[in-house]
Amino acid sequence: MMPSSTTTRPRPLSPNVQIYRPQLTSVLSILNRVTGILLSACAVVLVVWLVAAAWGPRSYTAMQGAIASWIGQVVLFGATFAVFLHLCGGIRHLVWDSVRGFELRSIYISGWAVVAASVVLTVAAWIAGALMGG
Amino acid sequence: MDPPNIQNMRTPLARAIGFGSAKEGGGAWRAERVSAVALVPLMLWFVGSIIAHTGSDYVTFIIWLKTPLAAILMILFLFAAFYHTALGLQVVIEDYVHSQAKFRAIIAVRLGCCALATAGVVATLRVAMSG
Repeated sequence: MMPSSTTTRPRPLSPNVQIYRPQLTSVLSILNRVTGILLSACAVVLVVWLVAAAWGPRSYTAMQGAIASWIGQVVLFGATFAVFLHLCGGIRHLVWDSVRGFELRSIYISGWAVVAASVVLTVAAWIAGALMGG
Repeated sequence: MDPPNIQNMRTPLARAIGFGSAKEGGGAWRAERVSAVALVPLMLWFVGSIIAHTGSDYVTFIIWLKTPLAAILMILFLFAAFYHTALGLQVVIEDYVHSQAKFRAIIAVRLGCCALATAGVVATLRVAMSG
């Protein structure tokens, strides 16, 4: 039985995101979740790609053709950035899980480090890909 | 503090017991972290491998996936990635879906991740084992 007293008192509400000024902390928090959901979709593409390779040269070549198209390249670039943002953000979370880096200054330093590392790694990955003959 | 309630003589502790932790909530949280730790090197290996095969044709790619190291790491990557995906999506569902659809959605995510991981592993093994 729920005590009747709790139903009469309205519970406090979270601030509405529409009127809340975005901060690095909150933006990175939601981006970690958004990139996680996007990477779930990328994982489906990975399986399709592996199945295409197992199926034979024709399906694999068709898959490679789709990836090489301009829309495929845009999606792949977005996926690369999502991978690195989620990876770096995930490492930041693992550090927090060890009860470290919770001071406001540390949180902002690690936050900007995640943004910088993700951008640098994404650009580096694509330069390396171009050098490999993409 | 709740206003005094004459009709309910039970103590605040007695009322709280039964609504709290099931003592098992840490399991999924820990599994998400363990799979995350495994995914750090596996994801770096995967991205590096994809970059290395940017210009590769079908035969070059198949020869690479036939090497034991590549096949083993690809299968480990699939297991870790889909385990982590199932746990992560479950948290998202639990945060935003509060109706009866919550359990259906979680079950759909789990079954989908199991099916996709199996398909990926079988495809990798098929390439690795083919003559």
